[in-house]
Amino acid sequence: MPTPENTHPSPPPQIHLKRNARRRIRVPIHTPKRFYGFGIPGLDVNKLVGKLIVVEGADGSGRSTQLARLVEWLEGCGHATIQVGLKLSTLVSEELEKAKEGNVLSHTTMSLFYATDFADQLENIILPALRAGYMVLADRYIYTLMARDMARDMDEAWLRNLYGIALVPDTVFYLNVSAEQLVQRNFAKNQTLDYWESGMDLGLSRDWFDSFVKYQALMAAQFKRLQTSYGFTMVDGNRSPDAINADLRRKIEQLLIGK
Amino acid sequence: MKTFAELKFPGRLIAVEGLDGSGKSTQIYLLKRWLQLQGLKVFFSEWNSSELVKSATSKGKKRELLTPTTFSLIHATDFADRYERQLVPLLRAGYIVLCDRYAFTAFARDTVRGCPPAWVRAIYSFAAMPDLTFFFKADLEVSLQRILDSRPELKFFEAGMDLRLSRDPYESFRVFQGRILEQYLAMSREFNFLEMDANQAIEAQQSVVRELVASRLNLSAFASPSS
Repeated sequence: MPTPENTHPSPPPQIHLKRNARRRIRVPIHTPKRFYGFGIPGLDVNKLVGKLIVVEGADGSGRSTQLARLVEWLEGCGHATIQVGLKLSTLVSEELEKAKEGNVLSHTTMSLFYATDFADQLENIILPALRAGYMVLADRYIYTLMARDMARDMDEAWLRNLYGIALVPDTVFYLNVSAEQLVQRNFAKNQTLDYWESGMDLGLSRDWFDSFVKYQALMAAQFKRLQTSYGFTMVDGNRSPDAINADLRRKIEQLLIGK
Repeated sequence: MKTFAELKFPGRLIAVEGLDGSGKSTQIYLLKRWLQLQGLKVFFSEWNSSELVKSATSKGKKRELLTPTTFSLIHATDFADRYERQLVPLLRAGYIVLCDRYAFTAFARDTVRGCPPAWVRAIYSFAAMPDLTFFFKADLEVSLQRILDSRPELKFFEAGMDLRLSRDPYESFRVFQGRILEQYLAMSREFNFLEMDANQAIEAQQSVVRELVASRLNLSAFASPSS
């Protein structure tokens, strides 16, 4: 509350901006978007002005570290960001969790369940955010889902049609980390291997360590296969987080100026 | 696309399709009873009934969270679960499997909701075709009346309210059902539907159904071991 002595309006405080803080915030250049296949009925892609940036890679490949840094950097540059991941939809995430615990679903069912989850997030989070001009950072996208299914012998053409609903991202990074590194990082974090990330449902080996290494190699092979048609930017994930992040930023900077 | 017979399954799958209120559920129930009473191996499966998927579907429907794409995918998930865990194993074991609705329901509904027909069909391409598909063709007004007489409270998606055809659920339901009927009629020849006159008496229809099943299937091959 103002006291009687200082009711006179005082001059506004002088704002001293640091040189780089005064720099104008760059509005990203709009580049046309499209869907991989049939897309979402009735959706106008021309209204999607934000950018969709995807980071792919196995558990332990450093995805979350890289994404956290990208968010900080982008927000520092004045861009609104939003993060999305797999299995987070309000519609089916609970049921998916239950299904995974019981391990009772067939591959086609599991595949469609994940696709439902993806579609729910695509329509309710990703597309609205892109319409509003956000930088959408996706912690994995359809490629992980497709690679998992392909490792389980699902038909690739069937998967391509199914995921034809997906928007083509502005850029996709794949953090490529050797299986040996992944084992070490997973142990350093959890001291245990995850059932699904070890592909135990595939019966590759009764030994978890063995199965993990085999499954990760199988997944890497699927990603390589997908890379040829979907064209990810392969990033050497065996390096330091700083070195990796510098790579990602360089690529994203290009993207923001429409290249 | 091949039928289970063409794929050399020992079992046979019979599906019924038609609008809500066409009387198809009554007819397939009576068919099931007739087959059971002859001591045959019969299994009945209903659209949208997989336990695990059901909770997600009903949540989506209650909260009106579903879009045409997620509506389509969640029903495909339900179908895949029943198909792979129940229908295929039973057909391998030589059962007569009766389905109240099959993939054609999705082809019709999802297309009316705006999903690309080729996308929907490719999703269901993992499923073989029924050996017999009965299509219960009633006049639109007859089906509407049957539903509206017995159950005046129409649910959001059931009435096709998500399509914004009308603010009045009854009017919306009419238009929605009319469009689904058009889809069924357009598919009838392509998928060899056995068209039934669903305006007839229940008994008259059931005699036709039983005659057709007896002539197309060698029923004695499906005898239950216990009988």
